[in-house]
Amino acid sequence: MTLNASALPRAVAAAAALAALAAPLPAAATDAAALRVAALAATCANCHGTQGHAVPGSVVPGLAGAPAGFVLDQLKAFRSGAKPATVMHQIAKGYSDAQLAQIAAYFAAQPAVPAR
Amino acid sequence: MLNRRTLFQSAGVAGLATALGPLAGCATPALPARARVVVVGGGYGGATAAKYLRLFSGHTLDVLLVEPNAAFVSCPISNLVLGGSRTMADITVPYTTLAQRHGVRVVRDSVARIDPGKREVVLASGPAIGYDKLIVSPGIDLNFDAIEGLRAAHASGSVLQAWKAGAETAALRRQLEAMPDGGTYVLTVPEAPYRCPPGPYERASVIAAYFKAAKPRSKVLVLDANPDVTSKGALFKKVWAEDYAGLLEYRPNHKVLSVDGATRTVRFELQDEVKADVLNVLPPMRAGALALSSGLANVGGRWAGIDYLNFASTALPHVHVIGDAIALAPAMPKSGHMANNHAKVAAAAVVAELAGWEINPQPMLTNTCYSFVDAQRVVHVASVHAYVAADKTYKTVPGSGGLSTAPTVQEGHFAWNWARTIWSDALA
Repeated sequence: MTLNASALPRAVAAAAALAALAAPLPAAATDAAALRVAALAATCANCHGTQGHAVPGSVVPGLAGAPAGFVLDQLKAFRSGAKPATVMHQIAKGYSDAQLAQIAAYFAAQPAVPAR
Repeated sequence: MLNRRTLFQSAGVAGLATALGPLAGCATPALPARARVVVVGGGYGGATAAKYLRLFSGHTLDVLLVEPNAAFVSCPISNLVLGGSRTMADITVPYTTLAQRHGVRVVRDSVARIDPGKREVVLASGPAIGYDKLIVSPGIDLNFDAIEGLRAAHASGSVLQAWKAGAETAALRRQLEAMPDGGTYVLTVPEAPYRCPPGPYERASVIAAYFKAAKPRSKVLVLDANPDVTSKGALFKKVWAEDYAGLLEYRPNHKVLSVDGATRTVRFELQDEVKADVLNVLPPMRAGALALSSGLANVGGRWAGIDYLNFASTALPHVHVIGDAIALAPAMPKSGHMANNHAKVAAAAVVAELAGWEINPQPMLTNTCYSFVDAQRVVHVASVHAYVAADKTYKTVPGSGGLSTAPTVQEGHFAWNWARTIWSDALA
């Protein structure tokens, strides 16, 4: 059996590092934590695209590569009602500050153009 | 596509990985070499699970998707095919990208049975595939036998369901086109829970819009087994009153007992029989056939019981069940969006389990469900569901979620965008 320390995508590991800055995570669970953040951010993918890569011609913005501070500000503005929306004000209220910070950091760490 | 030799060789490797067991005590956990996950069913749940197993594992897991159809046909948006504003091509997505871009091995077959002892699925064509973990996403089974005469009427083509999108969607559209102006389209709705709670009311609305434009003396009659519209009720009723008065009639508490295909007559437990020009009966639903035959459907003999933390079956070890087949948590709809979210939680849990990591103790799910009220205008319902460890279930996050205030064309654009994006998220 082969152990593969780089089994997780580098982008996920990078997201974990950023997430760790934005919201402290248990140091001993770095890889598991990266997976959790990727799964949390995947709840956005239905409308914003896998790993934040919007489909061509999308009327919903892609999030991959967007600055974490910008995305976090938008999410908080949706949640507070400061930024009007059709649905995002309802969705954003379902997430904690820490979760929103993790999500923003995850998307900031994704390449703007998917690697294919 | 796999041949038998490939399958058998791979099954041996998977068996070896299984025998060696999970990793323990490693400073840097990683997946067992060549660990394999088999996913059964390529709908919103299964296709998403297959893709995200590859993504979450850094493309190290061997992932096989067993699906009998050559292409995915979406149930969401299929009502627009009935209404005439979209085509079958619009709602059909091939499985080829899952294989080419993500390395999912797509096996065009169906699973005849699960052997939980050997950790194998046996394909309808004969070969067995070994697995370390199995994710079953069998969708729903339409229980035609629950309504007298329905199986024969359906087999004859006179009474369609078109609830599983596909050839029947196109066939029902042809029936609606052939119906003379002044005819009556009757849609019967089964008791909840069923797949896509607002779907019947969306269907009634977009067909009413078609009639209004193309054959305005016709009528849509919705006969619902439930005591009221089960989803987005106030929004639908407002549209029906304002836009479809005299054209669409809704009657609650109509539980179908029997159907006569030759005369397109439907009979009820309490009320007088109704004769239709186009009769569309949605039968009571239960978990997909494999869930019943394999014993996974252990809740009322109808739905699959799961541990909501990781979607592990409460009936069989190393098997996870996702999508419309599961016994629902509170306020959780049977929807494509929800199945897609189940898939991501299950995929992450499976990757964590195979890596020897703790499973995420706080998984999250979202649901956004758009319904068309005509070819352009849409209403939505949205919710966010968090796992609550103390209750071992999902609950909607207090204060989150909600409905549209009114149908808008803007949300129509978002609805179509949602469809294109979630198809891509699952399949591309």
